[in-house]
Amino acid sequence: MLGKLTWSAIPLDQPIPMAASCVVALVLIGVLALVTLKGWLPYLWQEWITSVDHKRIGVMYIVLAMVMLLRGFTDAIMMRTQQALAYKSPGFLPPEHYDQIFSAHGTLMIFFVAMPFVIGLMNFVMPLQLGARDVAFPTLNSVSFWLTATGALLVNISLVVGEFARTGWLPYPPLSEITYSPGVGVDYYLWALQISGIGTLLSGINLVTTVLKIHTPGMTYMRMPMFCWTTLASNLLIVAAFPILTATLAMLLLDRYLGFHFFTNAAGGNMMMFMNLIWAWGHPEVYILILPAFGVFSEVVSTFSGKPLFGYRSMVMATMAICILAFMVWLHHFFTMGAGADVNAVFGIATMIIAVPTGVKVFNWIFTMSGGRVRFATPMLWSMGFMVTFVIGGMTGVLLAVPPVDFVLHNSLFLVAHFHNVIIGGVLFGAFAGYTFWFPKAFGFRLHEGLGKAAFWCWLIGFYMAFMPLYVLGFMGMTRRMQHYDVPAWHPWLLLAGAGALVIAAGIALQITQLVVSIRRRAELRDEAGDPWDGRSLEWSTPSPPPAFNFGVLPRVEGRDAFWAMKQHGFDQDPAYDDIEMPRNSPTGFVCAFFATFAGFALIWHIWWMVAAALLGAFVTFVVFAWRDRTEDIIAADEVARIDSAGRSTRLQAAA
Amino acid sequence: MSGAATHLSAHAARDETSKRIIAGYGFWIFLLSDIIMFSAFFASYAVLSGATAGGPAGRDLFDLGNVAIETGCLLLSSFSCGIASVGARMRNALVFYAGMGVTFLLGAAFLVLEVHEFAGLVARGDGPSRSAFLSSFFTLVGCHGIHVTLGLLWLLTMMAQVFAKGFRSDIQRRILCFSLFWHTLDIVWVALFSVVYLIGVAP
Repeated sequence: MLGKLTWSAIPLDQPIPMAASCVVALVLIGVLALVTLKGWLPYLWQEWITSVDHKRIGVMYIVLAMVMLLRGFTDAIMMRTQQALAYKSPGFLPPEHYDQIFSAHGTLMIFFVAMPFVIGLMNFVMPLQLGARDVAFPTLNSVSFWLTATGALLVNISLVVGEFARTGWLPYPPLSEITYSPGVGVDYYLWALQISGIGTLLSGINLVTTVLKIHTPGMTYMRMPMFCWTTLASNLLIVAAFPILTATLAMLLLDRYLGFHFFTNAAGGNMMMFMNLIWAWGHPEVYILILPAFGVFSEVVSTFSGKPLFGYRSMVMATMAICILAFMVWLHHFFTMGAGADVNAVFGIATMIIAVPTGVKVFNWIFTMSGGRVRFATPMLWSMGFMVTFVIGGMTGVLLAVPPVDFVLHNSLFLVAHFHNVIIGGVLFGAFAGYTFWFPKAFGFRLHEGLGKAAFWCWLIGFYMAFMPLYVLGFMGMTRRMQHYDVPAWHPWLLLAGAGALVIAAGIALQITQLVVSIRRRAELRDEAGDPWDGRSLEWSTPSPPPAFNFGVLPRVEGRDAFWAMKQHGFDQDPAYDDIEMPRNSPTGFVCAFFATFAGFALIWHIWWMVAAALLGAFVTFVVFAWRDRTEDIIAADEVARIDSAGRSTRLQAAA
Repeated sequence: MSGAATHLSAHAARDETSKRIIAGYGFWIFLLSDIIMFSAFFASYAVLSGATAGGPAGRDLFDLGNVAIETGCLLLSSFSCGIASVGARMRNALVFYAGMGVTFLLGAAFLVLEVHEFAGLVARGDGPSRSAFLSSFFTLVGCHGIHVTLGLLWLLTMMAQVFAKGFRSDIQRRILCFSLFWHTLDIVWVALFSVVYLIGVAP
């Protein structure tokens, strides 16, 4: 009846996961109870859960990312503590648990923190910058978000029911094959990623179509803000790379479930094919994450320097060059496979070439600042912290691109230091810059500056304390993922790295405080004009928060930095309003994800009747959605005028 | 008064055109991503096609006669699917239903032949777990088969929608997407037929 699922799947004998899951369960029950008792459920259902508004969906993506960041960071602290303690001692985490923790940490941080964070920012900002009223397919957008949430939920269910993968964040065969990983851990990983991967792919299709097809009059491609270009490049990469992930994980699933021989070491299976396929997705994936962050920095640096972005055209060229080159370097993730000197040399050189457009970008940001009146607000601090940190990470990357060096440093902590250096120093700093920068647009009040700056300094210093020692340890020969060790020279460096993680924890605590304090003091942090940073692109021409339809009248664009030009030449004082057609809210995404959660859980535990029922439910959901007669609501012109002119007069007053 | 009405309807017509373009455009991008997924399966087939692990190779297994009939079914179904699209555009229910009906029958015939081929292989002990070559063969061809199955499900849904709601503009957009999907499956089959079956039986 319940497949492989029995009571023994719940790890009652292991205190750490049980305590953690009890805390999570209590928090969940507490939140649900609060929501129900306060009567917020109808509001949440109507305004958020069933919303197809790109701004709401963007915010929900970012909330998901931040909650998962806490979970992923808890894993990080546990690993750092383990390695600080495990000198000539077993530490406090047994190996089978430690292995699950580093696997869950990587999986969560990439798929359920970095991805939803950048997708959330793109969702929220890009249509506003283009002068669009929503994305191309609003209901699909909601489906994408809820499928991503399903994936995150499945990973977290594995904490309580069963186990998570012990294979690392990429499940390399043959270890991940059923022979060597007979438990459900790898299955949790695979189904969580398959389901959320579909969500990501749909979101990529949606956002590419939006950037290429939906513009306000006059917003030609070469007038788009830089963030829209990087959104385009990132989503093109999603469309081109995520199908490879789906196919690769499907092959591993077939191996595990039906005895196929894609990657086994029997019957002709070829496990190196897995490395090729997974990195043919995996390398573009890192650019999927970093390109939107580059877009954020472009907007932030230009805004806070009070200047147009330096070298706009070269920035566009560099972005699109990275988009193409991203597919030509995947083999540098496994130089040690033994493809031969010639192949390794080609991929090594290709990898170094990709540093060129990235270098172009860094120079463009520096030249944008040069001669400008730079204001050191929190988003700008994140951007400058990024420029220094990311360049260091980029250079260690070029070092690893030299195949002979890679043979020495491969699989060592040097590599771990390198990719944290670019992902924290690049993606995460970018995400935080964007979060601080666009928060007032989303909620109508700014975040507290002092606490934001304090959080930034903790993150920056904590990052260097936690990860520079790992470079040293890599040179000293320490490999990654070690549960214990007995080399005395490593111990002080690992203690230092552990202390760094604590400084980062202080940064996170300050960020939470910042959010709470800002909400409490929202009256004094109110953004009346909708333009708190003296912005340059169209999102700042809307009220904060923008109305559902974004723009009462679609703005006419005559050049780059459209809103800056409007501020110079004056606004249209008496616009002519029209009826606006907006998509109706729909529970399709939520219901679909509900069934996907059951389907995923049932597949993991081999509960076949539940799989069939859930798939049927998902199909029925789509048919019901397709049967709707009214898909859009009309907002009448005078209603638009009322909402828009109210905002307009406050904004004009505040500006004057 | 009539001026305002014409203005409004012209506005609405432009909206509908742009919705059609956006839906078609987005669906094209989805199809491209689907083709990339197929190319990953093609790549794994190319890598593993020699890995027979002492078992049979393609030339020992494939029956080109059967495959020729399958190919004929799919190519003809693309034609009837085109007829159905014309019917939808003319808002002629009879032509639409006839075209979709024939497409369904041809698609179902294709599936029956494919399932028959697969069942025969499994019965002879040459199922997907026999060798890496057979794993990749079953996955690549089966993935196309699953697409055809989903296409048939979609086809029936579209017929039901037209029956219940008529040729509404949103349903017309879905018919456009369906026909793009169906023709793409044909293109994938042409590649599959050449790479798997024709090259497979070559000595």
